[in-house]
Amino acid sequence: MTIFKVLGKTCGFFGYVIQYACITHCTFEYIGDFVMCSGPSMEPTLESNNILLTEHLTPRLQRLRRGDIVIAKSPSNPKQNICKRITGLPGDKVKGHFPKRSQVVPRGHVWLEGDNSTNSSDSRLYGPVPQGLIRSRVVCRVWPLNKISSLTEY
Amino acid sequence: MSLRSISRSILFGVPIGLTFLDTVGYVARVEGISMQPALNPGSTNKDYVFLSRWAVRDYNIKRGDVISLSSPKDPNQKIIKRVVALQGDVVSTIGYKNQYVKIPEGHCWVEGDHTGHTLDSNTFGPVSLGLINAKAVSIVWPPARWQKLEAKLPESRKPLSIAM
Repeated sequence: MTIFKVLGKTCGFFGYVIQYACITHCTFEYIGDFVMCSGPSMEPTLESNNILLTEHLTPRLQRLRRGDIVIAKSPSNPKQNICKRITGLPGDKVKGHFPKRSQVVPRGHVWLEGDNSTNSSDSRLYGPVPQGLIRSRVVCRVWPLNKISSLTEY
Repeated sequence: MSLRSISRSILFGVPIGLTFLDTVGYVARVEGISMQPALNPGSTNKDYVFLSRWAVRDYNIKRGDVISLSSPKDPNQKIIKRVVALQGDVVSTIGYKNQYVKIPEGHCWVEGDHTGHTLDSNTFGPVSLGLINAKAVSIVWPPARWQKLEAKLPESRKPLSIAM
């Protein structure tokens, strides 16, 4: 009898673990999550090891605007994420490094640039980025505590 | 069953379902003729394929696999194509702006089987691996068409050089 009781308790426990894991997954995948950024490309807006709160609704609903800071998968390495500012939407005229002439952002793409334009590898290097690679939009900085600030308005 | 327990099971059931669809895979209907004859061989009935998310969890794809990806032109649209070449390969293109293309790092070259009736890399160029959504494993409906989707490439569409 006790064996069944223990078995039932264990099953119940694992059920709860799975339930909460699934809820966590959905929250992080569909609503928002926390991201730690590193690298100099977004200085002085963001510094290394800042923790950012991001939301996933705007990219899903295609409501991105010029000036939003977004987290996207790197076009050359899908396992790596990049954090840049949108400076051009489809149809905008932008200027890259290579080829060094102005070009129009094609449909379904955005132009991403880091704020630290002298030390940032961004769209000027690898061209427009497909919107499908954008994962989330940065809402505010939550760490370090003395620099908590909203990052949605440009 | 009280209203409270119903809303409770919805609250816990929906995330479990979504997580399952996100990590394991789901079934989707194939639209269009771009993958004929492998998918939708007749014009009347549509094939349903099982798309495995698990198979692409770390972006491991092979040449010849059938994959679904978000279209680079329209992020809301999902397209289903066959992988022709991976990073470092050189492909001979059909109607792209350059005759020969070396696939850049982190990209792949995708084409529909129905050459000439498909919107693929020959139009929009190499696609980033990050756009890959799932791998099509098998046709699950209608029952007469039940089969696994093999990784195969016609001899004429093999990449000219294959990176090691």
